[in-house]
Amino acid sequence: MAVTTDMSANPQDPSGSPSATPEAAPIHPVREFWHYFSENKGAVAGFFVVLFLIVIALAADVVAPHLPSEQYRDHLLQPPAWQEGGSWSFVLGTDAVGRDLLSRLIYGSRESLFVGVIVVSISLTLGVSLGLIAGFFPGFIGTIILRLMDMILAFPSLLMALVLVAILGPSLTNAMIAIAIVLQPHFVRLTRAAVMSELSKDYVTASRVNGAGIFRLMYITVLPNCMAPLIVQATLSFSTAILDAAALGFLGMGAQPPTPEWGTMLSEARDFILRAWWVVTFPGLAILISVLAFNLMGDGLRDALDPKLKRS
Amino acid sequence: MRRQLWMASVAIAASVAFGASAGAKTLVYCSEGSPEGFNPALYTAGTTFDASSHPIFNRLVEFERGSTTVIPGLAESWTASDDGLQYTFKLRKGVKFHTTKAFTPSRDFNADDVIFSFERQGNKDHPYHKVSGGSYEYFEGMSMPDIIETVEKIDDYTVKFVLSKPEAPFVANLAMDFASIMSAEYADQMLKAGTPEQVDLAPVGTGPFQLQQYQKDAVIRYKANDGYWAGKSELDTLIFSITPDASVRYQKLKAGECHVMPYPNPADIEAMKSDSDVNLLEQEGLNVGYLAFNTEKAPFTDKRVRQALNMAIDKQAIIDAVFQGAGKIAKNPIPPTIWSYNESTKDYAYDPEKAKALLAEAGVSGLKTNIWAMPVQRPYNPNARRMAELIQADWAKVGVEAEIVTFEWGEYLKRSKAGEHETVLLGWTGDNGDPDNFLYVLLGCDAASGANRARWCHKPFDDLLKQAKQTADTAERTRLYEEAQLVFKEEAPWVTIAHSVVFMPVRNEVVDFRVHPLGGHIFYGVDLK
Amino acid sequence: MLKFILTRIGLLLPTFIGVTIISFSFIRLLPGDPIELMAGERGIEPERHAQLMAQFGFDKPIWEQYLVFMGKLLEGDLGASIVTKKPIFDEFFSLFPATLELALFAIVFAIVIGLPAGIVAGVKRGSVFDHTVMGISLTGFSMPIFWWGLLLIIFFSGILGWTPVSGRISVLYYFEPVTGFMLIDTLLSDEEGAFSSALSHLILPAIVLGTIPLAVIARQTRSAMLEVLSEDYVRTARAKGLPPGRVVGLHALRNALIPVITVIGLQVGVLLAGAILTETIFAWPGIGKWMVDSIFRRDYPSVQGGLMLIAAIVMVVNLIVDLLYGLINPRIRHAR
Repeated sequence: MAVTTDMSANPQDPSGSPSATPEAAPIHPVREFWHYFSENKGAVAGFFVVLFLIVIALAADVVAPHLPSEQYRDHLLQPPAWQEGGSWSFVLGTDAVGRDLLSRLIYGSRESLFVGVIVVSISLTLGVSLGLIAGFFPGFIGTIILRLMDMILAFPSLLMALVLVAILGPSLTNAMIAIAIVLQPHFVRLTRAAVMSELSKDYVTASRVNGAGIFRLMYITVLPNCMAPLIVQATLSFSTAILDAAALGFLGMGAQPPTPEWGTMLSEARDFILRAWWVVTFPGLAILISVLAFNLMGDGLRDALDPKLKRS
Repeated sequence: MRRQLWMASVAIAASVAFGASAGAKTLVYCSEGSPEGFNPALYTAGTTFDASSHPIFNRLVEFERGSTTVIPGLAESWTASDDGLQYTFKLRKGVKFHTTKAFTPSRDFNADDVIFSFERQGNKDHPYHKVSGGSYEYFEGMSMPDIIETVEKIDDYTVKFVLSKPEAPFVANLAMDFASIMSAEYADQMLKAGTPEQVDLAPVGTGPFQLQQYQKDAVIRYKANDGYWAGKSELDTLIFSITPDASVRYQKLKAGECHVMPYPNPADIEAMKSDSDVNLLEQEGLNVGYLAFNTEKAPFTDKRVRQALNMAIDKQAIIDAVFQGAGKIAKNPIPPTIWSYNESTKDYAYDPEKAKALLAEAGVSGLKTNIWAMPVQRPYNPNARRMAELIQADWAKVGVEAEIVTFEWGEYLKRSKAGEHETVLLGWTGDNGDPDNFLYVLLGCDAASGANRARWCHKPFDDLLKQAKQTADTAERTRLYEEAQLVFKEEAPWVTIAHSVVFMPVRNEVVDFRVHPLGGHIFYGVDLK
Repeated sequence: MLKFILTRIGLLLPTFIGVTIISFSFIRLLPGDPIELMAGERGIEPERHAQLMAQFGFDKPIWEQYLVFMGKLLEGDLGASIVTKKPIFDEFFSLFPATLELALFAIVFAIVIGLPAGIVAGVKRGSVFDHTVMGISLTGFSMPIFWWGLLLIIFFSGILGWTPVSGRISVLYYFEPVTGFMLIDTLLSDEEGAFSSALSHLILPAIVLGTIPLAVIARQTRSAMLEVLSEDYVRTARAKGLPPGRVVGLHALRNALIPVITVIGLQVGVLLAGAILTETIFAWPGIGKWMVDSIFRRDYPSVQGGLMLIAAIVMVVNLIVDLLYGLINPRIRHAR
């Protein structure tokens, strides 16, 4: 969603902003990073939740008590274990066709992380490349690229993604492509702005004088120096990707049943909204927690990585 | 304080909910979607017909509520010439059109209105032909331009249709929604005023209800037509509360916010059965879901192969898994609610062993084929993909390896029409309750490169249908169709899979609501306790 | 100043033309034959097929279709819906008031709660209140609002029975719409209780739609406050011994509000995207639901026209915000 940029343009977060940074001796950058990052309790919490999600997703086959699509016909819409009628073999209850909700949520984490990784990779690669080009050739080509991005940004992102998926055909793959397309303008703008400010610096001129090729200049000389804002944006895009993929799934335009994607699960659960609260509650909670975790981490990363944004 | 006020206002809202209707009888129908418009001739969706042709309009002849029998409507009687080429209708006298804000009728319904309603659709030079998009899908779809030669006014209350070829289902066609009769006088006035499209936006009909208001995607409101020719409706107000979500519809039904709802969630059926406020009506739908073999491609040219693959499918398992109880096994290509349905047809019983033997006899082994599965949900097939998977597994047991193929819906229809498939899942929903509308349209030789996805042209079968088409006598037609169904079963161009079951939950206070086999939801004749 | 406005509008035009090209070509990229789709199982005669292709102009080369389309657009004609056969302009603007009403309520809700919360959090930086507000607002920002809506329905409609499940007003009220805004129309009508019915239908959707803007506004207000509070003139004011309330109210707030206004303006896109989900959940008869329905009904002209109109609205609102910002804050005018 478009807000992400607005949010990322908001630098102030008190808990993560060190009040004073006395520099006696140069510290290792990783340590310095962790020093800033760990001061933000929320970010650390987010980081551990993300870590937890990754572990769950990788170990789904071991952790999940049941297979995600296995239907237990004798246990339709069984409530969670602690409620009357529930049992500990289906901790979070079952859905309308008797599938174990917990197992589906666990396997669903794979889908969501997968969506995040793919979407961020595509939009990052595409966005950074276009951004570099726009930055290095600020004339005609740059203007064209920027205008194109303006056009994409003129559409509300979810609507744009929805229409794209309708064109490509509803599936998780197409949902990811659509979301990546909608997200990449943010990377383009960010990269271009960073490149523009780097280009005037001495080290770039020096490389140029030394006869570095344009690709070398772009990817080896300049790009590493504008990584910080990109990493932050990538983290925040990760959460947007999960959220939008879930929204598309909810509208029936994302992952198709029986894939245990959280948004798709919610969409299937809508029919039981007033009868079985658990099928509605848990998938949504899973989405919220993961998105929140990535956003917390993004906030922390911004404070820790981006020296320009650090409050003095 | 704010909170208290807010609570109070909610309480008022709740108490007013049904209080407003005190005295006058108001029936609320939670409909499943918005109508496309209010002129049934322009559209094809059942949702549109529910909101237009049934409450607002009449036809020359009508389907009796709850059956496919054709009864007099705006025509009191009709006669057919011996050659089956001329139909003469005697019109009802003293029928009044609705009086609306924009229109006060100066005369009763007469032959001019009939002529107008058909000319608009059939005559490309008619001043109204191009109004509101000017496409008359159903009129065209039922081949009316080819069938009707002329519509003539004999006198004010007599109209004659001259046909270009004998067509026994013609009268049933006139009972269909697209044949609704509109006011020619209203049309003339609007044309003079330069706003012809008003005829379709603010409809004027002769029907039991009159459109009062439509708020797009939210509410349609009708009031009873006081001067309705068949007697004023027991209901004073009819409201369609547009509620696309099935579970929300049920919620509203339970809360008493509506009285009748269509298309319940299969998952809610059990709860509805045990709900003491709700009466769950059910009936077979006017449809059939089938798998068609491409009879032009080997080895499906051999009827033994088709029969064998029929026997190899466990239909009961499909009904359980795909329809979840909301379906019945189909043995004939027409549903049981249609007249001439042959009860004595014997379906191929599930018998993998016999199927294997029959395949061996036909010299087929290691057959590799495909099953096309539709990408959309239809009443006759709620989940084609799952159905295909079941069939795939069944066939595998008799040594037939099938690959499941699917395309985007438009592409699917186009390619299957062109005969690219080997076997294809599809279905049909009837229009006019006439057997011809299934058998000839889907299995006749004329359709063999179109709607006939089996591309099956079998002379003895086709002859029976052609003969029935030219016979006006229903008993004779019944005999012919019954025989045709037996021929069909023996030749097995399809695997007839299922007819859907339509469930209709209505609240207890609703009196005499009938499920209509043609799929419409009709509220004239319904009362509230 | 005029030059500034003209430049902005000048920048907008090519973008808008691009938007029309994107919306237009999207629909042409759709697989399958639209006419075949409309006909469904029933099929269609080749002759009739050709006739309809010609009627919708699908038979011409794509650039020609585009030029025809643009020509009509200049006359204010976006074509007609395939489903209802009515002009898309009429369809869109008959539903737009519902979305506008919902969006206005949502943004009012977001401002009324988000602004004070952000101000107080900024002033009392580091306090428990500050942390709570920031925690809640980040949660709100991360909220899958379609789920949030369902939760509210479960709680307020299902368990407590306070609010209706869906729709804009109880169907039993009957009056002629005058403005299209239900709250105003119900007041103008003499139906007793209609206003409270409309209000009770509006509350949950407005909360759901307002959640993300609320979170953004609270965060932005807080950071703007922090920024301003650290500026020299505020420090000076403090040093002069002005009471803290006055410092915050008079000096800090006024300046902090400038960026906040921009942020509020930028929520239009967010609101329209959110309206898609919110209206779907609450069966709210607005343009968000209409777009989703059109997509599912494969009503391509409506999708195309709707996309274009929505993009145009977002662009115009952003332009206005931009201009306003330039007006309030002259530094911006020359920065670019």
